[in-house]
Amino acid sequence: MSDRVIIGLEVHAQITSLKTKLFCSCSSDYRGRKPNTNVCPTCLGLPGSLPVLNRAALEKAIALALALNCRISEKLIFVRKHYFYPDLPKNYQISQYDRYGLIPFAVSGSIAIDMGNYSKVVRIRRINIEEDTGRIVYPGGSPLGSTYSLVDYNRAGIALLEIVTEPDFSNSREARVFLEKLGSILEHLDITDTSLEGALRADANISVAGGPRVEIKNIGSPRELEKALNYEIARQLNILKSGGTLERETRHWIKEKGITVPSRAKELEGDYRYFPDPDLPPISIPPDLIESIKRRLPELPDLRARRLAEEYGIGSYMASVLVLNKRLCDHFENTVRLCGNPKLVSSILVNEFLRWVDELDLDLGEGLRRLNSKRLCRIVDYLEKGLISVKLLKEYVRRVIVENTDPEKIVESGMTTLSSAEDIEKIVEEVFKEYPKAVEDARRDPKAVNFLVGQVMKKTRGRADPKLTNAIILRRLQEHESG
Amino acid sequence: MSPPQCTDLATIGIKSLRARVEEDPDFLFKYIEEVYKIIEKYEGVIKAYITLRPMEEVVREAEEVLKRGTLGPLGGSLVAVKDNISTKGIRTTCGSKMLENYVPPYDATVVERIKTAGGIIIGKTNMDEFAMGSTTENSSFFPTRNPWDLERVPGGSSGGSAAAVAACEATVALGSDTGGSIRLPAAYTGTVGLKPTYGLVSRYGLIAYASSLDQIGPIGRCVDDVARVLSVIAGHDSRDSTSLKVEVPDYTQFVSEEPLRKYRAVVIEEMIGEGVDREVIKVLEHVVDKLEGYDIEVEFRSIPILEYSLPAYYIIAMAEASSNLARYDGLRYGIHLSTEGLLWTKTYAQVRKMGFGDEVKRRIILGTYVLSEGLYEGYYLKAAKVRRAIYDSFRKLFSEFDFAVSPTAPTPPPKLGEVVADPLKLYSLDINTVPVNLAGLPAISVPGGFVGGLPVGIQLFGPPLSEGVLINVARMVEVIVGYER
Ligand SMILES: [Zn+2]
Repeated sequence: MSDRVIIGLEVHAQITSLKTKLFCSCSSDYRGRKPNTNVCPTCLGLPGSLPVLNRAALEKAIALALALNCRISEKLIFVRKHYFYPDLPKNYQISQYDRYGLIPFAVSGSIAIDMGNYSKVVRIRRINIEEDTGRIVYPGGSPLGSTYSLVDYNRAGIALLEIVTEPDFSNSREARVFLEKLGSILEHLDITDTSLEGALRADANISVAGGPRVEIKNIGSPRELEKALNYEIARQLNILKSGGTLERETRHWIKEKGITVPSRAKELEGDYRYFPDPDLPPISIPPDLIESIKRRLPELPDLRARRLAEEYGIGSYMASVLVLNKRLCDHFENTVRLCGNPKLVSSILVNEFLRWVDELDLDLGEGLRRLNSKRLCRIVDYLEKGLISVKLLKEYVRRVIVENTDPEKIVESGMTTLSSAEDIEKIVEEVFKEYPKAVEDARRDPKAVNFLVGQVMKKTRGRADPKLTNAIILRRLQEHESG
Repeated sequence: MSPPQCTDLATIGIKSLRARVEEDPDFLFKYIEEVYKIIEKYEGVIKAYITLRPMEEVVREAEEVLKRGTLGPLGGSLVAVKDNISTKGIRTTCGSKMLENYVPPYDATVVERIKTAGGIIIGKTNMDEFAMGSTTENSSFFPTRNPWDLERVPGGSSGGSAAAVAACEATVALGSDTGGSIRLPAAYTGTVGLKPTYGLVSRYGLIAYASSLDQIGPIGRCVDDVARVLSVIAGHDSRDSTSLKVEVPDYTQFVSEEPLRKYRAVVIEEMIGEGVDREVIKVLEHVVDKLEGYDIEVEFRSIPILEYSLPAYYIIAMAEASSNLARYDGLRYGIHLSTEGLLWTKTYAQVRKMGFGDEVKRRIILGTYVLSEGLYEGYYLKAAKVRRAIYDSFRKLFSEFDFAVSPTAPTPPPKLGEVVADPLKLYSLDINTVPVNLAGLPAISVPGGFVGGLPVGIQLFGPPLSEGVLINVARMVEVIVGYER
C-alpha cells in the first residue's frame, strides 16, 4: 500500500479592497461592527429586494484571472445555488456553475510554486465570483458549549472569489506554499488584505493511500492549512495502519485544538438546484475591458522574484520565498533602500524572522512592526561594525521580535561581542586552568580545540568573537608547547 | 357603465380629479370622503383590501400633497397597491400568513414614484397568496368578491386591486402580472389593466413570484388613467438589473380616439380555439369588426407552438417560485414560532408548513422537482427552449403586425369555488395571457362588452415597448363599446 497523498484546494478570498458588498451598497468593511448593522434589504434578502452587481468586483476578478493565466468567459452568468442554512439570508447563494450551458467566470489557469529543491505548476480549475454568507455566533464560544446560536449578517453579501485547484498537491507543504503565493498575488493585485481575519479561507480535499476523499473546512491561513493537513494525513494513516477503514466525509478544522472533527450536521451531498438567476441578466465581458486591465496589471510575485534576484543579487529561492508575502517583500525592499546589504537583510527575514513569526504564532504584520526597517538596519549596522557576531545577531532578531524592543536597548544591556583581545585572553586563561586535560588533548588533536572554544562561549554567553577566540587559543597552545 | 357601488363623484378619473382639485383644493377632501363612504358601505362584502389606511391618515397625506405647490401628475389620486408591493411602514403580506405581520422598511420604486407624483396610497389589496392563483381565492385571509356579481370571483391574482378600482374604492391601482394577474382581473371586473414590457417598470420592492415573468402595472377604470399611472411608474431604475434603459414617453399622448397611424392587426387562431366561450368570441368579433371600420386591417395567423405555452409557463414560474420563496424561514422576518429546543431544520420546516398555503406548497414542490439533478434538462431547459421559440414566433409575427387582439380570458368570471379546487381548470384561465409574459411583451386588457351582465375583456398585445400603440387602440375600443365615463 502506498502512502500517496492527493490534495486539492477550494479557496475563498474576500475582495476586501472594494468599498461595497457584491450586490448592494453596504460597506465591505464589516469587521468590528455591532451585529446586524451593516445590512440592507438586499443583503438581508428582504422580500422584494434585488441584487445589482458591483462592477468593481468584476474588474478585480478579471485581474486575478489574468494573473493566474485563466481563460475568461465571454459572459458572466450568475446562478443560484440553493441550500438552507441560517447564515444564508435568501437560502440560496449567487455564484456561477459549469453545467447545463452555464459557465464559470474563468477556467484553466495555473500557479507555479518553488519548493526550494523542486518547483511545481499547480493547475487552477476555475474562478467564480460569489457572495459571502453571514456568520453564526455561538454565545458559549463553540457549538457544543451553547444552547442556542445567533446570526450576524454583517458579512452577508461580501464579494468573494472562489478559486478551485485541481488535486495537484502531494503534501501539506506544497499546499501551504500555494496558498501563500495565491495570497501574495491577491495582495499584489490589491484584491485581498490577507491579514484580515477570514479574508482568505480554504477548504481542502484530501485522499491518503488511495482512500476516499475527505473534505476539511474552516481553514483560515496558510499556516493553519499545513497544520490541518498534517493532522489529517497522520489521522488517516493511523486508522489505516490499525486496520480501520476511512469514509468519505466532511470534517472541520478546530484551530484552537489543532484537530479535525467530523461535521456536526451530516452534510448531505447536496442537490443545489442550480439555475440562472433571473434577477441578474448575463453580463458580457468585453475583450477591451480585459485588455485595459491587463495593461494596468502591477508587478506580480513571479516577475518580482526575478527582479529581486537580479537587482539585489540574492538567490532565486530566497527571492521566491520573499515574494510569497507582499508585505514581507515590501519590507525587504524598504529596508535595503535604507541600509543596503540585501543578502543579509533577506537572509534575516527569510531564515530568522519567518521562523520566529511561525514559532510564536505571531501575526505577520505585527512581526514586521516589531522588526521594522529602522531596527533591522540598526542590527545590520552592529554586525558590520563588529559589535555583534552572526550568532549574536540571531539573538538580537529574536529578542526584538519577542520583546518588541529596540536593538539599542539590547546593546545597552551589554550584550555585545567581546572583541577586545585582552578580555578574551582572561577568559581563555580561566578555561585553560579549569580544563588542563582538555588543553593536553588539544595539543595533540586540533579537533579538540573546539571544546575549549565552546567553554569560552559558554562563559561569555556567546558574546565572545569566535574567530578571535579561536586565534587566541591556538596561540596560547603553541606558547605552552614552546614554554 | 359602472358596478352598483360607484357614485358619479367616485367614478372620476385622474384627469378630471386633478383639474377639479387645481380649481378647488377642498374637492380632494370631498372626493376622499366619498370613496371612504363607499368603502364603509361595501368593503365588508367585497373585501378588496387586506390593509386599509384610516381616512385621517389619507387626509393628512392629501394636505401634504396640496401644500407641495405643485399637484404632480397624479393630483391626489387614491392608489390601491397590491399587497406584494413593498410599502415602507405599511404591512405587506403578499396574501400570506407567512408575512402576516411583515412591515417593510423600504418603499418599492413604483411606490416612491407614485408618492412623488402626488398619488396617495389608500391601502394594500387582497391577492392570491404570493400571486399564485387566478381568482384571489388563494389568499390566506379571505376571498375578494366581484363588484359586478358578488357570487363571482374578481379574477386574480391582483383581484383586490381590480375590485377596488371597479367598485370605486380607489382611483387607480397597482397590480402585478406574472401570467395574467393584472389582465385577468381587469377583464373580470370591467376595468383596464396594463402589463408593461418586461423591464419597463422596476421590480424593486415587488415580492417575487417568478422574477423573469413578473411586471408591475396599472389598473384603472379608463385607458387614460392607466396611461397616466404608467407614465409615472415606467422608466429605468438602477436598483433593478432587469430594468430597461429606455426613454419613457408621456403615454397620455397616445390616448386618442383615432388611430395615430395606420395599423395592421392579427388574431391568433390558438387564442380563440377550443375552451373559449362562444359568447366571448362574439364580443371579440364585434370589437374586431369595428376596428376594421377604422381602416385597421385584421388578419388571422396560427402559432402552433402556443400549445406548449401553459406547461412551459408553469415549469418556469414554479421553478423560479421555489427559489424565490426559499428565503421565508421565519428567521429574519415573517411569522415567528416559539421553537425553543427545536433544531433549526425542524424550525424551518414548521414555519414553512404553517406559513404557506396549499397552492404555494404545491408550486414550491413542483418547482423544486423540475430543478432537481437529472430532471433539470427534461423540464426547465426544455421549457426555456419553448419560451425562446414563442419569443421568436412573436418577433416574426410583429414584424408583420402592429398588435394582436384576443379575448383576455376564455370565459366570463366563474363563481367562487367553481375552479379553485381543480388546478388544471384554474391554470387554463391563463391560456391567453401567459404567452405574453413568456415573451416579455406588453399587453392591455380593456372592457369589450358583457356576457350575461358580466364584463368581458379584450386583450391587445404587441412587440416590446409598443405600449403607446396598445393605449391608442385600447382607447378606440373604449369608444367602440361605449364604455365611457
Ligand atoms: Zn446590503
